[in-house]
Amino acid sequence: MRGLIEDDYVTDEGEFVINIGPQHPSTHGVLHLKVWLDGETVKKVQPHLGFIHRSIEKMSESLSYRNFIFATSRMDYLAAHINNEACALTVEKGLQLEVPDRAKYIRTILAELTRLQSHLLWWGCTGLDLGAVTPFFYAFREREYIMEIMEETCGARLTQNFMVPGGVMYDIHPNFQKRTKEVLIQIKSKFQEYDNIMTGNVIFENRTKGVGFLSKEDAISYGVTGPTARASGVSCDIRKLIPYSAYDQVQFDEILGTGGDCYARYMIRMHEMKQSVSIIEQLIDNIPEGEFQAKTKNVIKLPKGEFYQRVETPRGELGVFIVSDGAASPYRIKYRSPGFSNLSALPLMAKGGKIGDLVAIMSTIDLVIPDIDR
Amino acid sequence: MKILLTYSFSSLATYIHNLLAELITNSLLLQVTEMVILGVSLIAFLVVLCFFLGYMERKVAAFMEIRLGPNRVGPKGSMQIVADTLKLLLKEGLTPDSADKFLFNLAPVIMVIGSMMVIAPIAFAKDFQLYDINIGVLYVSAVSSLGVIGILMAGWSSNNKYSLLGAMRSGAQIVSYELSVGLSLISIVVLSGSLSLGDIVRSQENGWWIIKGHIPVIISFVIFIIASTAEINRAPFDMAEAEQELTGGFHTEYAGMKFAMFLLSEYINLFVVSAVAATLFLGGWMPFHIGGLDGFNHIMDFIPSSVWFFSKTFLIIFIIMQFRWTFPRLRVDQLLTLEWKYLLPISMVNVILVTVMAIMGWHF
Amino acid sequence: MNTEELKSSISNILPSAIYDETGEFLNVNIASEELYPLINELRSNSEFDFDYLFCLTCIDWKDHLMMVYHLLSKTHQHTIVLKAKISNRENSEIETVCNIWRTAELLEREVFDLFGVKFINHPDLRRLFLSDDWNGYPLRKDYVDENMISL
Repeated sequence: MRGLIEDDYVTDEGEFVINIGPQHPSTHGVLHLKVWLDGETVKKVQPHLGFIHRSIEKMSESLSYRNFIFATSRMDYLAAHINNEACALTVEKGLQLEVPDRAKYIRTILAELTRLQSHLLWWGCTGLDLGAVTPFFYAFREREYIMEIMEETCGARLTQNFMVPGGVMYDIHPNFQKRTKEVLIQIKSKFQEYDNIMTGNVIFENRTKGVGFLSKEDAISYGVTGPTARASGVSCDIRKLIPYSAYDQVQFDEILGTGGDCYARYMIRMHEMKQSVSIIEQLIDNIPEGEFQAKTKNVIKLPKGEFYQRVETPRGELGVFIVSDGAASPYRIKYRSPGFSNLSALPLMAKGGKIGDLVAIMSTIDLVIPDIDR
Repeated sequence: MKILLTYSFSSLATYIHNLLAELITNSLLLQVTEMVILGVSLIAFLVVLCFFLGYMERKVAAFMEIRLGPNRVGPKGSMQIVADTLKLLLKEGLTPDSADKFLFNLAPVIMVIGSMMVIAPIAFAKDFQLYDINIGVLYVSAVSSLGVIGILMAGWSSNNKYSLLGAMRSGAQIVSYELSVGLSLISIVVLSGSLSLGDIVRSQENGWWIIKGHIPVIISFVIFIIASTAEINRAPFDMAEAEQELTGGFHTEYAGMKFAMFLLSEYINLFVVSAVAATLFLGGWMPFHIGGLDGFNHIMDFIPSSVWFFSKTFLIIFIIMQFRWTFPRLRVDQLLTLEWKYLLPISMVNVILVTVMAIMGWHF
Repeated sequence: MNTEELKSSISNILPSAIYDETGEFLNVNIASEELYPLINELRSNSEFDFDYLFCLTCIDWKDHLMMVYHLLSKTHQHTIVLKAKISNRENSEIETVCNIWRTAELLEREVFDLFGVKFINHPDLRRLFLSDDWNGYPLRKDYVDENMISL
């Protein structure tokens, strides 16, 4: 075999080097991992990024405060609402603008619907990554209903661009409440089905239990957030710690796990879906009447200063850091994306496991590559 | 007309034989002609079978995944698989520049030949068997492991890291699961006292072995199904392909017709293991008989033997297809753990159990 | 600890620190050379216990670069923003913090990639997003891309 004598095929220590991605079925996008293998055992993982880097931060420096929000829909495309909300909240913080209650409620409901659809997609993809194709179709069945609601109210399915500084862009569709309630009933009846097909499966448990362990200390040190960190016992739900929008009006639990392995991360997300359903149920009938948008000037200018807003996306903590010099567009914007920090812990988790474990870990930390590269 | 009424392939075979014997007087030439007819009709049968299995797999998958499956090309989408095969035929058969060209092109051929050869001793219907070799079971287990050579060859010659990993995995996997398959076959050999598949079927005249041999045979049946699913590289044991881990495993670099040949051999393998399981455990073409109840047995005999054989085989194929769309894939070390720590010890104990049972006459 | 206590405790370690309370968090302005001793103390001293670095970035203020560290303590729930001024814009250097918070390893590579700040003692300082032969640092205000077509 000619390749064996070529460089980079095997290292001097006899390790086999393979490149997983940027074109690979389980990297969920254009992530490139260079993996050093000893037989099947992963010795070292090195992420190579930048294949979908669009420099949203640089672009935003020349966009107005109204426009830059919509570029963020393309970051974490499965949580476009929440990205937009984070940006809108930061601008509102800079303007010291009070958002009408109606807008807050609508934002929270849409954010939770987004979280629900993102977790559903994740659930399907986890099954797919572990080799079970069927769950993917079950997850998409319910996700489709949510996407239809999004389409009806926001006019788009994935990149909704519905949040504007001061509230939401339009009022909700007249059918919104009725359809949302129908969908919630539909989804609640399916949770048991999800558990039947995946959670209790012996092969699934073997593939995930004890795999990809992340300790609490490491989770904090690596800046891991979201369900991935909560599975290791780190309390980091921004919705609870620093409530924004209407999260201070609702009762919900922050799900904490102790396992720190793939199974714990899986269970956290499964429970979070139920919490999201409960949050929407509490809000959907109580949307207050009134304005859906606060009055803002045509050209928004933020005062000189620095503004930071943290929100909870399905993948973890999204931070928006705006530095303003008083002009009509931001001087500097930094997005602290959850996927980026979560990915940094991947080499630690994958070390010593098998290739199959690497795939399981990648799917349970729920990577969205445009969110990492921005 | 007479042929149709007797519902028997054997009369068809005799009819053709007599017809040819009238035309060709030279006995050697007659034999060669019959062999050629046999080979061509076997290949034609297997290709049609694979079309059907491909269609069936899609429909079963669709049924389990709450979708419709192919429904556009032909009636109920039945021509979809023909269209796909045409597409594969017309595609360019790429050979990577750095691949070992000879082995790369040879591998799919070996895979297909290996799986086709196993068909020979299988009895499709009463008195309809290509070659009732007296060591049939041994032949089946020996030839069915030829496929691994094709897989190793494909993985090695592709000069692709994923392919190599896939080939190494399947080498470890198939060699291990071969043991369990062999041991579960032995339990039937012990009970029937013959290695010939024809004799094994005839020994089930008064009841299938899965009923006559009760618990130990049920255990070996289950082990056979699990181990042979692993041996033919189907999910949840598709380590060698493992799309989400190794993108395509040993056939990552294959395209066009060469790739289609891997698919062909996969489906022939699926049919073969199901046919062997049906023959050994469920009586092959033998109708459902209960020893002593002659009236009942007579009614059962009215259903043609080929119908019995194919319905049993397709039942097992259906079960194996359901595995694929239900379970996640095992990890490579768990796969070997399952074999060496669970299936192999169980089958060894089970062989002893069956032997004791056969000696003491505890079966029906 | 509240803001006043934080200020007095930090002043004990680093008297030259300048405070700014106009924003949401307490901002501590220091020079880049003073960063490592202070930040090491902030992490290891159980009074501060800043175990979570939730944002690390850089701002180009045209005449100087400024590293911004957002620190949070999971135990005490207090937050500060540490700003280290790098005066030398052409040959900007600062001590790495990735041996204190592991998340900094990738974040510092991002800053190196887009701002050109060199991190002393960083284990693997390479470009992260851009290709290795890229010229210039795109997020600097004076960056000009010759290939860019303005519409």
